[in-house]
Amino acid sequence: MKLSLLEGNEAMAWGAYHAGCRFFAGYPISPATTIFNTMLRILPPCGGTVLQAEDEISALGCCIGASMGGLKAMTATSGPGLSLCSEQISFAIGSEIPLVIAEVQRLGPSTGSATRGADGDIQFMRWGNSGGMPLIVLAPVDIADCFTLTAEAFNLAEAYRCPVILASNKEIGLTRESIDLKTLRWPKRIDRSPPSGNDPFLPFKSLPGKNVPGFLPIGGNHIVRQTSSTHGAPGYITTDPNEIAAMLERMKQKIEADVDKFTFAEAVIEPKAETMILCYGVTARAAKAVCNTLKAEGKPVSLLILKTLWPVPENFIRQKTEQVTNILVPEMNLGQYVREIERILKHKHIEFLGQMDGRLITPDRIKEVLNDKFAQ
Amino acid sequence: MTSLLNKNRPPVFCPGCSHERILHALDKAFEHMGLQGNQIAIVSDIGCSGLFDTFFNTHALHGLHGRALTYAAGLKMARPELNIVVTMGDGGLGIGGAHLLAACRRNLNLTLLILNNFNFGMTGGQFSPTTPCHSSGGSGFLGMMEKPVDVGKVAVAAGASFAARASAYQKDLPALMEQAIRFKGFSIIDIQGICPGRYLKQNKLTPKQIDENLKQLSPLNGPVPENIRPEYSSVYREHAASQEPVNLPEGIEARFRPPQPGRQEVILLGSAGQRILTAGEILGIAGLSAGLNVTQKNDYNVTVLTGPSVSEIILSPEKIDYTGITSPAAVIVLAPEGVARREDLFGNLDHKTLVIQASDVEIPFTRAKIVQADFKGKRIKKTDRALAALRILAGMNRVLSPEMLDAALKERFKEKI
Ligand code: SF4
Repeated sequence: MKLSLLEGNEAMAWGAYHAGCRFFAGYPISPATTIFNTMLRILPPCGGTVLQAEDEISALGCCIGASMGGLKAMTATSGPGLSLCSEQISFAIGSEIPLVIAEVQRLGPSTGSATRGADGDIQFMRWGNSGGMPLIVLAPVDIADCFTLTAEAFNLAEAYRCPVILASNKEIGLTRESIDLKTLRWPKRIDRSPPSGNDPFLPFKSLPGKNVPGFLPIGGNHIVRQTSSTHGAPGYITTDPNEIAAMLERMKQKIEADVDKFTFAEAVIEPKAETMILCYGVTARAAKAVCNTLKAEGKPVSLLILKTLWPVPENFIRQKTEQVTNILVPEMNLGQYVREIERILKHKHIEFLGQMDGRLITPDRIKEVLNDKFAQ
Repeated sequence: MTSLLNKNRPPVFCPGCSHERILHALDKAFEHMGLQGNQIAIVSDIGCSGLFDTFFNTHALHGLHGRALTYAAGLKMARPELNIVVTMGDGGLGIGGAHLLAACRRNLNLTLLILNNFNFGMTGGQFSPTTPCHSSGGSGFLGMMEKPVDVGKVAVAAGASFAARASAYQKDLPALMEQAIRFKGFSIIDIQGICPGRYLKQNKLTPKQIDENLKQLSPLNGPVPENIRPEYSSVYREHAASQEPVNLPEGIEARFRPPQPGRQEVILLGSAGQRILTAGEILGIAGLSAGLNVTQKNDYNVTVLTGPSVSEIILSPEKIDYTGITSPAAVIVLAPEGVARREDLFGNLDHKTLVIQASDVEIPFTRAKIVQADFKGKRIKKTDRALAALRILAGMNRVLSPEMLDAALKERFKEKI
C-alpha cells in the first residue's frame, strides 16, 4: 500500500484529467484557485489548454466555445464567480453544451469570507439560471470523491449534454487527505455520442430512443449550428409553441427522468433505527462520526449521504427513508436542501440543523440536536 | 467560387439597413478567399447583428450579449485551423468591454467585426457606447451626457495587432475584411453604418457624413506596427510543449511504526509566513510513512503575510471522518495570532495533551503538559519555528518518530534539502 497526501482541489483536477478533460478556463478565486493551479501543471504538457480568463463570465464562455469545438471543458470557481457564470449556465443548459463547473463554496452572502467553508449555494446552483431548467449537481464528501465524482461529472455532462456542477466546499477543496490511489474506482469513460443514421445532421435532434441529441463539433466537416435562442431541431430560432414546448419538455425529461441511473449516495440503514441523519458534503463526515459513536453506545441511527443533489433523487430518498420516522438534516447554511426533504417526505418528522459561521458542524452538535429534537 | 449565403434564409433587416451591405461584403470576402462553409465559424452577438450567423451556411455559434469573444476564444483554442469571425454591434462593445480588452491583449487569431450603427436598434434606439452626444433616441436625455468611445483607439491601446475603421458603404470593404481574416492575430474592424429602423427616426446620418467623420479621425487601416507580435495560440503551444509533464504522486510506502497507537490529533497555532501549512503537510507525510490515514484542515485569512495561520492534522489507523480537532495529542503554539483564533481550546485540555509553547508567546491557562521552546534564544527564524517544533515533537517520540520526520522531510523537499 502506498499513500499520497493531496488537497481535494488537486484531486478534482486529476479527476477531470482522467475523465478526458483537455480544456480549462478559470479566474483566480479563493478557495478554488488550486484547481486552476493544478490544471495549469497537468494540461499544457499533454497538449491541453488552460486559459486565464478576464472574469468568470468569460471563463465559462471559453469553456462553451471549447466544448462546442469538441473538447471536454471545465472551470472552477466559488460563489461570487458562480454568480457571474449564471447566464452562461443558462446557455449551456438550453443549448445542451457539456461542461463541468467545480464550485468550491465559501461563506456568503456575496464576497463573504474567501477562506471559510459553507454550503450556501446549494439552491443557487439549481435555480441560478434563467428559465429554471434542470442541471446536474454532485457533492463530494472526501478526497476519493474529488477524484471519481469529478470523473462521473464529466461522464454525465457528456451523456446528457448538460452542465454539471460539483458542489465542493472550502473544507473539502483545501483540506489535504491521504489516499491509496490504487483503490480508486474510476468509472468507465463516456464521450458524447455522434449522431446516428444517414439523415442530414440536425444539431438538436435526439438520438433514437433517447432524449439527448447527437453531437458534432463546430469546426468539423459537417456544418454545425449552436444558438442560445429558442430553437428547433435544426438550430434555428423557432416561434412554434408546440415545437418549443416539446423541446423544453425533452430537456427536462432527459435529466429528471433518468436520475435513478446516476444517484450517487452512501446509505447505512440500521435495522432498528427510527432516526436518520440525511446529509451531503463535508457535513456527512461529522454525521458519520456521530453514527459510529451512537452505534457503539447501543443507540444506532441510520445515515443517508446524498452525492447526487440535483435533480433530487426522490425515489431513492423515499425508499431509503421508509423505516425511519425522524430525520435530521444538518447543513452549512440556514436551510436549503432540507426544503427538498420536507417536500418529498411530508409525513415524517424532519428537523434542521443549520450553521453558517465558517466552521464545520461538529459531531457533538449533531448529537446534541438529535437528543433534543427526537428525545433519544 | 460560390457564395456562402444561406439561400433558405434571406436577410430580414429593415430596408436600407447597412448590416445587409456588411453581410454581402463578408460573403464576398469569404468567396474571394475560396473558403468552404466548414472552414468558417461565425460567432454572433446579440441585437440585429446577432442574426448574422443564420444568413450563412457556415458553422455558427450564437450566444449571450457581449460574450461572443469569450466563445470565440475557447473555440479557437480547440480548433486552431478554423477561421473565426465574430460579429458584434456597438452595444456589445459596452456590455462585453472586458472581453474586448482581453481579446486585444491576448492576440488570438480572431476577426471581430463591429457593426457600429450608433444605437441599440432592436430594443428601441437607446444610446450605445458609440452614440454621439448630439443625437436623440430611445434613452431620451440620458443619451446626451455620455461621451462616445472611439473603439479603434481603445483597441490599439489594449494591444490589438490589427485595427481598422471603415464605412459600411466603402467599395473595398470585402478586401479589408479579407485582410483582417488572413491576418495572424487579433483583428478588429469598426464598421460604421446606418440604422434606418431606429437611428434615422430622430437623427440624420448619411454615408457621406460617415466618410467625413472617419476622415476626421486619425487613420487606422490594418496592422498596428507597435502591437505586432506572435499570435497567442502559437506562442501558447510553444510554451506548453516546453513544460515538464506531471504525474500523480507515486505515494509513500508504509515502513515505520507510529510511536503511539490510535488516533492522534495535532494543531499548529501560528501566523501567516511561518510555514504552518508546510509543517502540517510534513507531519501528514510523516503519518503516511507509518501507513496512517491523514487529514490536514487549514484555517487562515485572505491576507497573505499577516494574520493567523492554523493547521489541524489528524493521523489515524482508522478512517478519518470528522476533520476537526476534538482532543489533541499535541498543540504547537508559535504565534499569538493563532492562539487568539483558538483561545477556547486551552481550557478543555488535560494532562494527556502536550503543548509545545514558543516561550515568547502567551497562552491561556491550561492543564495540559507544557514544554517551552526558546526559539528566539536559539535564533531559530520565524519561518523555521513550525519545523523546529515538529523536531521537538519527534524528539519526544510523540505522534511521530524521528525516522518518520526524516522520511517526510526527504519526501517533501526531495533533493532540495
Ligand atoms: S433596427 Fe436598425 S440595425 Fe436593426 S435591422 Fe433595422 S435598421 Fe438594421
